[in-house]
Amino acid sequence: MDVIILQVLNGLDKGSAYALIALGLTLIFGTLGVVNFAHGALFMLGAFCAVTLNRFLTLSHQVVDPSRTDFLGNPLKVEVRYIEEWLGPEIGGAIIDWSVPLSILLAIPVMALIGLAMERGLIKHFYKRPHADQILVTFGLAIVLQQIVKYFYGANPIATPAPEAFTGSFDFGVLLGFEPFSIIYPYWRLVYFCFAIVIIAAVFAFLRFTTFGMVVRAGMADRETVGLLGINIGRRFTVMFAIAAIVAGLAGVMYTPIVAPNYNMGMNFLVLSFVVVVVGGMGSLPGAVAAGFLLGILESFASMSAVIDLVPGINQVIIYLVAIIVLLVRPRGLMGRKGVMED
Amino acid sequence: MGKLYVSRRSLLKGSAAAGVAIAAPTIFTSRAWASDFTNKPTGSSVTLGFNVPQSGVYADEGADQLRALQLAVEHLNGEGDGGMMNTFSSKALKGNGILGKKVEFVTGDTQTKTDAARASARSMIEKDGAIMITGGSSSGPAVAVQALCQEAGVIFMAGLTHANDTTGKDRRRNGFRHFFNSYMSGAALAPVLKNAYGADRKAYYLTADYNWGYTTEQAISQATEGVGWETVNKVLTPLGAGDFSSYIAPVLKSGADVLVLVHYGGDMVNSLTNAVQFGLRDAQANGKNFEIVVPLYSRLMAKGAGDNVKGIFGSTNWHWSLPDDGSKAFTKSFGTKYGFPPSQAAHTVYCQAILYADAVERSGSFHPCGVVEALEDFKFDGLGNGPTLYRADDHQCFKDVLVVRGKEKPESEFDLLEIVEKTPAKQVTYPHDHPQFAGGELGTCNAGTA
Amino acid sequence: MLGLSRKDTTLLLIVLALVVLAPFLLNPFPEDSELARFNAGYPDLMQRFVIFGIFAMGFNILFGLTGYLSFGHAAFLGVGSYAGVWMMKLLTVNVVPAIIASVAVAGVFSLLIGYICLRRSGIYFSILTLAFAQMSFALAYSVLTPITAGETGLQLSLNDPRILGSSAVDGTIPATNFFGIAMRDGFEWAVGGWKFTFNFGYYLCAVIMLIAFYISIRIFRSPFGAMLRAVKSNQQRMNYTGINPKPYTLAAFVISGMYAGLAGGLMVAVDPLAGADRMFWTASGEVVLMTILGGAGTLVGPLLGAGVIKYFENIFSRLNEADLNQMFSGLPDGLQSAMVTVAQMFVGDGWLLTLGVMFMAVVIFLPGGIVEGGQRVAGWFRRKSGTEKSGKAAPAASAAE
Repeated sequence: MDVIILQVLNGLDKGSAYALIALGLTLIFGTLGVVNFAHGALFMLGAFCAVTLNRFLTLSHQVVDPSRTDFLGNPLKVEVRYIEEWLGPEIGGAIIDWSVPLSILLAIPVMALIGLAMERGLIKHFYKRPHADQILVTFGLAIVLQQIVKYFYGANPIATPAPEAFTGSFDFGVLLGFEPFSIIYPYWRLVYFCFAIVIIAAVFAFLRFTTFGMVVRAGMADRETVGLLGINIGRRFTVMFAIAAIVAGLAGVMYTPIVAPNYNMGMNFLVLSFVVVVVGGMGSLPGAVAAGFLLGILESFASMSAVIDLVPGINQVIIYLVAIIVLLVRPRGLMGRKGVMED
Repeated sequence: MGKLYVSRRSLLKGSAAAGVAIAAPTIFTSRAWASDFTNKPTGSSVTLGFNVPQSGVYADEGADQLRALQLAVEHLNGEGDGGMMNTFSSKALKGNGILGKKVEFVTGDTQTKTDAARASARSMIEKDGAIMITGGSSSGPAVAVQALCQEAGVIFMAGLTHANDTTGKDRRRNGFRHFFNSYMSGAALAPVLKNAYGADRKAYYLTADYNWGYTTEQAISQATEGVGWETVNKVLTPLGAGDFSSYIAPVLKSGADVLVLVHYGGDMVNSLTNAVQFGLRDAQANGKNFEIVVPLYSRLMAKGAGDNVKGIFGSTNWHWSLPDDGSKAFTKSFGTKYGFPPSQAAHTVYCQAILYADAVERSGSFHPCGVVEALEDFKFDGLGNGPTLYRADDHQCFKDVLVVRGKEKPESEFDLLEIVEKTPAKQVTYPHDHPQFAGGELGTCNAGTA
Repeated sequence: MLGLSRKDTTLLLIVLALVVLAPFLLNPFPEDSELARFNAGYPDLMQRFVIFGIFAMGFNILFGLTGYLSFGHAAFLGVGSYAGVWMMKLLTVNVVPAIIASVAVAGVFSLLIGYICLRRSGIYFSILTLAFAQMSFALAYSVLTPITAGETGLQLSLNDPRILGSSAVDGTIPATNFFGIAMRDGFEWAVGGWKFTFNFGYYLCAVIMLIAFYISIRIFRSPFGAMLRAVKSNQQRMNYTGINPKPYTLAAFVISGMYAGLAGGLMVAVDPLAGADRMFWTASGEVVLMTILGGAGTLVGPLLGAGVIKYFENIFSRLNEADLNQMFSGLPDGLQSAMVTVAQMFVGDGWLLTLGVMFMAVVIFLPGGIVEGGQRVAGWFRRKSGTEKSGKAAPAASAAE
C-alpha cells in the first residue's frame, strides 16, 4: 500500500510539470490552431529566468585577500556580492536564498513579452499555413533559442537550489500511519505540486469566469462566427499565446530546484508533452491536465524495480506505449473532440 | 598523375578481382609502402585531429579539452611556458614541433553521438590529412572512433572514456587510452569505502541503462562485494531521465544503507540532487548513517550539483590540486592562459597529445606502427599521475587512481573536490584477460593505404 | 528513354552528371588555398550526400505524395543498419547481401509499423510513428544491447563467425567490399593545386542512388503515384468513389521504409558501424527538414535538401576560431575581432544556430524549399530576358515535381 501511495505521489509531481507544459500547448493549439514545437524552449527559457535572476542577485566585485591564495598561488580574489554589501549579509543572503520564487516576478513579464513577440512576429503568419510548416518553423525557432541560451550559459547543468526553508523532506508515511521512511516527500515537490494546481485553477477560472475567457472559448469553438460578431478575436488570441508562454515559463522557473537546468531541457520535455496533449485529446484543456498527471503516475509505476524485473525496459517506453494504445483504441484521446486535426 | 589508394589488406585479399586490375602496376612496382602510410606528412607541418563534443550535454567538457589541446600544440611548437613537457620523464620532445614539423590541428564536433563522431573523424582523416585523432567525452563515440582509426590506419588517443570496453572487448591495436576505467574505479573505491563506512554495508545501485553503466555497476559491485558489502538491488534508469525521484523514493525502504549512483554528466547531477532532496544524506538505515557514492566524478559536473556533492565519495583520473610538479606545471600553464584550473577531461587529452608526439619522436617516424611500438609498454612519469605504464597487452595506462570527496568548505568555485587517497597503480592493476575485459583482441597494427 | 518523358530524362541525366562529377564539383578550391576548408569532395561527405539523398527521397514518396508526415522514419534506417552489420558479421563482408538484408528487414518492419500507424491520420499519425521510433531507439540503446551493442554501436570484430569468408586477415578485420573492391579504396588524382578523390564506396552508393532516383520518378509518374496524390488532396472523395486508400498509403509507407533501410544498409556498407543514435527522434526530424528544405513533393528537392544539411553539419561545425581569424585576417584589427566574434556564434559549436536560422528563413520565405527558390530565380531571369511566354512560368512549377 505504502509503495503505491509513494509512486502516486512521485507521479503527481512529474505529472505537474507535464500538465503545465501540455496545458500551454493545448491552449495554443486550441485557440490558434498552431502546433508549437518551440513550447519546450519556452519552458527552458522560464528556467533560465531563474538562473538569470540568481546570477544577477549574486553579481559581485572582487576584493583581494592577501592572507589566502588561489589555485595558481596568487593572492585570492574574494567575490563580494553587491547585494550583501548594500543590504547586509542577513537580508541580502535571504534574497539570494529566495531567488527561485522571486524569479516568478521576473518570469511573468519576460515570458509575456517573449510570447507576444513570438506570436506577433512569427506565429501570426502561420495560421493559414499547413501544420507541417508550423512544426518546422517553430522547431527552427526552438533550435535558435536553445543555441542562444547555450552561447551565454554553457551546456552544463546549472545548480539553482530552492530556498533553505524548503530543502529537505518530511516523512509523509508516518502521517498516514506507516512505518518511518516508507514515504519520504521533499518539501519543494509539495510546493511544486501546489503551485501547479494553483496555476491550472487560475487558467481555468480565467477562461470560465471572465468575459475575455468567454470570448476566447467561443473563438476556440467557432472562430469565424465570433469574428462575424465584430469581435477582434486575433488580439485576444495573442494574449492567450502570451498566457501559454507564461504558464510554460513558470513551470520552468519552479522546476529548477528539482532538475538543474541546461539548455537542452526543453527538448526532453517537448516530445513527452506532445504525447501528453495527444493522449489527453487535441484541444481539450482538462484532457491535457488529466493526461499529464496520468502519464506521470504511470511513469512512476513503471520505474519500480519489481515492474522492471517483470518487463525489462518498460520504464524506457511506457509513455510511448500508452500513447500508442490510447491512439489506437480511442483516437481522439481521453477527452478530445472527434475529428480535430485528423487531416 | 593519378594514384590508387588501396589498403594493403584489400590488395592481399582481392587482387584477383576485376576492379583491382587497374591497380596492378601499383601492386607490382611499389614495394615502398612499407614506409608509406595514411596521411604521411610531406610538408613542413603535421596535422592532428581534435574530435571533441561541441554540441550536446558534454559541450563544456569538450570545450575544456579543446583548450588543453591548444595548449599542448603551443607547447609542442615551443611557445608558452612548456607546461608538462618540462616535467615529463621522456626528454625526446624539443619544442620544435614533432620531428621538426610544426604542429597544426583541425577540430570536429562529436555531438556525443557515434555517427557524428565517426563522420567528423573521417573528414579529418580524409579531408584534412589528420594523422592522429584525440578527444571525446564518452565511451560510445570513443569505441566507434577507435575502430574507425584502426580501419583508416591512423592513431587514436582516446579522450575521456571510462567504460571497460574501450580497452577491453573493443580494444584495437591503433588505439590507446590514458584515462582510467570502471574496474579501476571499483578497485580504488572499495577499500576507501570500507574504511569510511565499514565492511557491513548494503548497497543499492541506480545504474544508467547503457553500456558504460553496465560495466561500471559490475566493477563497483564486484569490488565492494570483495570487501564484504552486500548488494541489495540494482535498478536501471533511462538515459536523460531528468527527474529520478521515482527511482530514489523506494531506496530508503529497501533495507539498503548505501546508494551507488552509476550516472555521469547531467544524469549524475540530477540523480544526486534528487537523492539529497529526498533526505537520503540525513537518513538513518540499519542503525547507520545513510551514504551516497558516485563512482566517476567530474569537477565540471560536480559544479552543477552544487552543495549536494559535499562529503560524497567518488573516483577521478586527475585533479588540479595534486601537489606533484607535473600537475602544478599544467595547472599553472592552463590557469595562466584561461583563468581557471583544468578539468580531468582537459588533463587526459593534454597527456595523450604529448605522449603521441613523444612516441613519434622516439620512433623517429610518423608511421603508426612505429608509434604503436614506441607506446607499448612505455613507462613514463611527470604527467601528473605518478609513474605510469602504457601496457602493451591492451593499450591501457596503469597509474595511481584518485579517490575524492566533495569538499565541505570549498574556498573557491573550483575547489569542489578534495583528494582522499591516491590508490597506487599496483592495486588497480588487473590481468589483461580479466573477465570484465574479456572477448577483445588488439589485432595487428594498420598503417592504412599505400 | 527508359520509359521516361523527355523532361524526366533530362532531369535524370542532370542528376547523373552531378553525381558522376561530384568529386570535381565539390572540390572547387585548390588544396592550399584559404577556401579549401569549404571543399566537400572527400569520400565520407560525398557518401553521406547520396545516402541521405536516398533517405530523403524515400521519405518524400510518403510525405510529398500522400501528405502523411512520419516523425519516426529514422527507425527504419537504424533497423536497416543493424540488419546490414549482422549480415556482415555472420555471412560475408561483401556488401551486397548486407544491403539486400537491410532493405528486406526495413521493409518488414515498416509493414508492421505502417499497418498500425496508418489507422490514424494527421498529427495522430505523426505521434504514432514518433512513439514507435522512440521506443525503438530507447530499447536499442539499453535493453537490446546484446543485439545492438547499445551505446557503443554494433561493429565488426576480429572474432565474428562469418560463414562465407574469414573472420580476420592478418590480425585485421577484412574490409567491406563489393566482390573484391574495397569500399574504402579509391583513386586519387592530383592536378595543379587540386586533388580529386574518386572513392569506390561513393560510386557504389551513387549508382544505387541513381537507380533509386529512377524508381522514384517512375512512382511519381505512375497511376499509383496519382492515386497517392489523391490521398493527399482529397481522401473523402476517394472514399466516396469506392476506393480504399489504405493499401495505397501502406504501399507508399513500406516503399519509403525500404528506401530508409537501403540508406541504412549503404551507411554500414561504407562504414561498418550501426549506432542507436541514428534512430533518435532528431534524426527523424532531420529527414523531414531535408525534404522540406529542398522542396517536398518535388523530385530533386530531397536530394538538394540532404546535401545542404549535411554540408552544414560537416563543414560549418568544423570551423574554429583560428580558421575565422585566418579568414578575416585581411580586415583591420578591430573589425577582424568583431567579425570573428559574430561569426563564431554561427560556426563550430554554433552550427546548429546557422541551421535553425536557415531553416526558419526557408519555411517563412520559401515554403516550396530550394526548388521553389530556383524556379523563382529562373522565372525572374526568363522575364528579364524578355523571352517569357505568358502562362508558362506558373505551370512549370507544378510540372517539375
